[in-house]
Amino acid sequence: MEISMKINGAEVTHDVEPRTLLVHFVRENAGLRGTHWGCDTSNCGACVLWVDGTPTKSCTMLAASAAGHDITTVEGLEKDGKLDPIQQGFIECHGLQCGFCTPGMLMTGRWILDNNPKPSEEEIREGISGQLCRCTGYKNIVDSIHWAADHPAENEVSA
Amino acid sequence: MTAVQEVPISAGGNPIGFGSMKRVEDQRFVRGQGNYVDDVNLPGMLHSAILRSPWAHARIKSIDTSAALALPGVIAVLTGKDLEGIPRPSLLGDNFAWMPTLSYDTQAVLATDKVRFQGQEVAYVIAESRYIAKDAVELIDVDYEPLEPVMDAKRAMDPGAPVIRDDKGQTDNSITDVHGHKTWESGNAISTAEAIARAEADPNCVVVTQEVMYPRVHPAPMETCGSVAHLDKVTGQLTLYTTSQAPHAHRTVYAMVAGLPEQKIRVIAPDIGGGFGNKVGVYPGYVLSILGTIVTGKPVKWIEDRGENLMSTSFARDYHMTGKIAATKDGKILAVDVDVLADHGAFNGVAQPTNYPAGFFHIFSGSYDYPDAHCKVTPVYTNKAPGGVAYACSFRITEAVYVIERLVDCLAAELGMDPAELRLKNLLKPDQFPYTSPTGWVYDSGQYEKTMRVAMEIAGYDELRREQAEKRARGEYMGIGISFFTEGVGAGPRKDMDILGLGMADGIELRVHPTGKAVLRLSVMSQGQGHETTYAQIVAHELGIPPEDIDVVNGDTDQTPFGLGTYGSRSMPVSGAAAAIVSRKVKERARIVAAAALECSPDDLEWELGRWSVKGDKERGKTIQEIALLSHSSLELPEGVEGHLDATAVYNPPNLTYPYGAYICVVDVDPGTGVVKVRRFIAVDDCGTRVNPMLVDGQVHGGIADGIGMALMELIAFDTDGNNLGGSFMDYLLPTSMECPSFELGETVTPSPHHPIGAKGVGESATVGSPAAVVNAVMDALAPFGVRHADMPLTPSNVWRAIQGNPIRVDMAIE
Amino acid sequence: MQTPAPVDYVRATSVADALSLLQQHGDEARLLAGGHSLLPMMKLRLARPEILVDINDLDELRGIRIDGNEIVVGAMVTHAEILNSPILFEHYPIFREAEKVIADPIVRNKGTMGGSMCQADPAEDLSAVGAALRGTVVIQNAEGRRTVAMREFHEGPYETKVADGEILVEVRYPILPGSGSAYEKVERRSGDWAVCAAGACVTISGGVFSSVGIGIGAVNAEHFTAVDAEAFLVGKEPTAENIATAAQMAADSCDPSADQRGPADYKKHLAMELTKRALTRAAAAAKGA
Repeated sequence: MEISMKINGAEVTHDVEPRTLLVHFVRENAGLRGTHWGCDTSNCGACVLWVDGTPTKSCTMLAASAAGHDITTVEGLEKDGKLDPIQQGFIECHGLQCGFCTPGMLMTGRWILDNNPKPSEEEIREGISGQLCRCTGYKNIVDSIHWAADHPAENEVSA
Repeated sequence: MTAVQEVPISAGGNPIGFGSMKRVEDQRFVRGQGNYVDDVNLPGMLHSAILRSPWAHARIKSIDTSAALALPGVIAVLTGKDLEGIPRPSLLGDNFAWMPTLSYDTQAVLATDKVRFQGQEVAYVIAESRYIAKDAVELIDVDYEPLEPVMDAKRAMDPGAPVIRDDKGQTDNSITDVHGHKTWESGNAISTAEAIARAEADPNCVVVTQEVMYPRVHPAPMETCGSVAHLDKVTGQLTLYTTSQAPHAHRTVYAMVAGLPEQKIRVIAPDIGGGFGNKVGVYPGYVLSILGTIVTGKPVKWIEDRGENLMSTSFARDYHMTGKIAATKDGKILAVDVDVLADHGAFNGVAQPTNYPAGFFHIFSGSYDYPDAHCKVTPVYTNKAPGGVAYACSFRITEAVYVIERLVDCLAAELGMDPAELRLKNLLKPDQFPYTSPTGWVYDSGQYEKTMRVAMEIAGYDELRREQAEKRARGEYMGIGISFFTEGVGAGPRKDMDILGLGMADGIELRVHPTGKAVLRLSVMSQGQGHETTYAQIVAHELGIPPEDIDVVNGDTDQTPFGLGTYGSRSMPVSGAAAAIVSRKVKERARIVAAAALECSPDDLEWELGRWSVKGDKERGKTIQEIALLSHSSLELPEGVEGHLDATAVYNPPNLTYPYGAYICVVDVDPGTGVVKVRRFIAVDDCGTRVNPMLVDGQVHGGIADGIGMALMELIAFDTDGNNLGGSFMDYLLPTSMECPSFELGETVTPSPHHPIGAKGVGESATVGSPAAVVNAVMDALAPFGVRHADMPLTPSNVWRAIQGNPIRVDMAIE
Repeated sequence: MQTPAPVDYVRATSVADALSLLQQHGDEARLLAGGHSLLPMMKLRLARPEILVDINDLDELRGIRIDGNEIVVGAMVTHAEILNSPILFEHYPIFREAEKVIADPIVRNKGTMGGSMCQADPAEDLSAVGAALRGTVVIQNAEGRRTVAMREFHEGPYETKVADGEILVEVRYPILPGSGSAYEKVERRSGDWAVCAAGACVTISGGVFSSVGIGIGAVNAEHFTAVDAEAFLVGKEPTAENIATAAQMAADSCDPSADQRGPADYKKHLAMELTKRALTRAAAAAKGA
């Protein structure tokens, strides 16, 4: 079936099997390989991207269900050649090692801050609790999201 | 905290040397531009999937692949019988159905006669898409005759137990190593037995015996294993993109397995999504992807799913240990003896130095000063997946640290002595180094008491004990657990250490371009450790070239010199040393070039970071960048001195390095539910010189999370029918952000005397050291209930049962 | 990675359209809501419907509202929406307590109440909550709507009263003014299914329990509740002793089986302990307590 969706603002159309998972559509059809997958069982969150601005595990959604919706992936975070503060925060605070969980963590981190510009440590920990990281023990991820909270981009509305 | 060295800062804002430099690799990762194996897509590439055994032990009566072959989009289906028919011109058997393991055993690539563990590879499908490959796997019809599985290592030893390795003509389930040994012993059996007997007879002494099990766990990196193989039939060049922690060693193994000329094989490990030992082994899937490209003539991708990863690739631990510790009643340790039953699964596939069949387990005597220690390890086959040395274990030092640190706590409980006091009383003293342990290790350096006291100070140890006493009086149960560990890492001296005959030395190559920019080529392989950053820092430290001017290449056998790869925390102790040495070679060449340019003797020059200058006339000098250009110029050099500023080195470590640390964990236990909450975790590591302290802390953080995971939730158990009960992330539980506290780190720095920059390696320290701290904390919390030991993982049910005096047997299904 | 078997896909435009699609395809069709139960099963190839009827566009199944003396929660309301609903929190804090420990924030963004309830996992939390609150399930088919009490909704593990060709459209929870409610759950790790969970919703009048609802999950409690324990407490003072007795009765009525979450004796103990804790907190929160 032919499926169209907006990915990072651009319309993407492909003819795929109805069973195609959104993560595969994004990776294989749209060629955006920043979104990963790690578990098959909706536990790990390596595949998190946004559907209409809401973080979603894209291994547990059919591409067909995403048709007509707005998808944002890690590739969509950088604007006008400038990293989003959440990306910068992960660099500053050593919030990643192997980098495999990072795209999903970034998408959720950005979403946490969009909804709660000054989150507590507990709120951040709760917010990323559906995403597994095997390298960092989460401490530096929490710090990275805090860093981004403390360094909002100029165009961010301060709340 | 660290004595921060004064390091100049480059124009790029980076330390020209050691310091907390931001990582180079992050720029691509935060943009989603990492390049992992599943991101590799070659023109015309086919996909593949493996049919795996649902049975732990069964005879294969027949396999019908016709329906799978008939499915549109399926290119080929291979079975073990097919592989038996492919002749292999190699020393390692005459066909492809079996392959060698890293421990000189054999392992089926695809099962021919029997399946020997649930999840074993039975058939291989190559198809146009991964979806079709998975569809076809379902259409393969295998007729199995189920056999009694051997799931309990103790049962494996029974004379009447089913024989698993009848393919080798075995009549029992014992394992014989390459030296012909069926058990592996270390230390002095006689003196240790005598010391324990004396203690048993002495009213002023105690002997504590404790059985502890380190259950089966899995490294479970976030990226599973996989490969993309492409054989160019015209040139005969095989390119394998693969999840490998050891690309060079893997290439040699593939040359042996596939009978292909080694120079025609190029192994590329691109970005690796975590390894932790999972990506050391050579798995049937990799070999099958190679066979796939040979058979189809097209690139073939194989990516395992998570269930396959957990059920078939390298597990860790599965050590049943019985320890005896003898001490005087005032707390002086006298002797330790440990007897181990080691469950190796269906094939002896452990990845460890040949002469160390139980890995480095015999370092179990730990960080304490006592004369007599002995261990005996008995390995057995069971109907479980092969592997055994993985999950950041430093070749089984994890098991060693766990058993000694549990024993010390059991001893403290027996003596009614504070476990910190007991440890302080027995820790090795700084003037004892280099220290030869009772099992023959030569520890290089350490200031153990200092490190322990730093940890106790960060924890506020005395205050914690006061709080605990108050809470106990109120019926609240908090626990404080300590672990003090010593590791031996950086395998290793090639006279002692090899894997499949390949000595464990590492090559390195440094090239300084005419403009003074450099490229360093490593044999070791990052799986997230940050090699591209830290190795540039080592060169910067040695040569004064800003780190942003140094590219670090790793993971491509065509672009890097030979070496055994990254595992066992060996990168920094081995290749880190190589990086310093190769830089020093360049520095010496630079001196000659500078002397020629300055028209003086090299002996008249002195080095300050990044520049050779004339002694007593600092104005006259040449920077390393100027020298680089001169070295490529028409400048006349002394007889016998070649131009350019390149060097290579192979580092053969004279000894292991011995990082160590003191960890303290604080837990709160709800006795009504058995739920354990890790409230605090304090880690003070001494890994010698810290090239990049930020990255060292990051390594420690990850390892602590591992320890919390293993101590509280991670487990692969089996039921008696042979079913793997940890085959998905629904059941194999990794800790989340909610189970990990905000770790509190400290450090002491005691450089290794024999390492060129004094570094010791830290990659596995926290995974090795932390489980015991968590378990000791929980046992400490449960002490008022009379609980002395329960095995990991200390799940809510296990803790509650321990309080009832009936802890759970963790390695089998809960009944 | 795992992939679903071939399947057809169609998007329903209304409940009526969905019902007609279900009727057309019979038992080969499955409704696709949040997909967080169905798609993992399909990837494991434990479920292989021939056609998926996607009901994510059906706004008529969304929304949380008050209708008379009931709170109505649409089937397509997500777990995140329940967690953050001021209406539910005002009347029944139990929802927030339960939702906070259902799966994880990302799954809760997508997973729906209706999907969870129809999956009917024996450890499903909203089933225990619904039992405690004595909710009513509204099911629609070609003939119209029918209602089933939450306490009669489950036919067994993974089986409910929703038949082929039917859609669960909403659940209605009666408002109990002045009630107190609470939820307790033990899990091996955050995001895991319950080892055992217990919820309670009580009203207190004149110093005694005037109504008691108990919901228990994951330990094979009949209809996720414990009616004898409830009956015991009604009319009694909310003392620790009475609550302990009721909690023990509740545990005695459970029949858990051992699995990797724990042995049966432990789960039975938890049924007692968590029922006790939930009742104690619910009683303390009830007005007039």
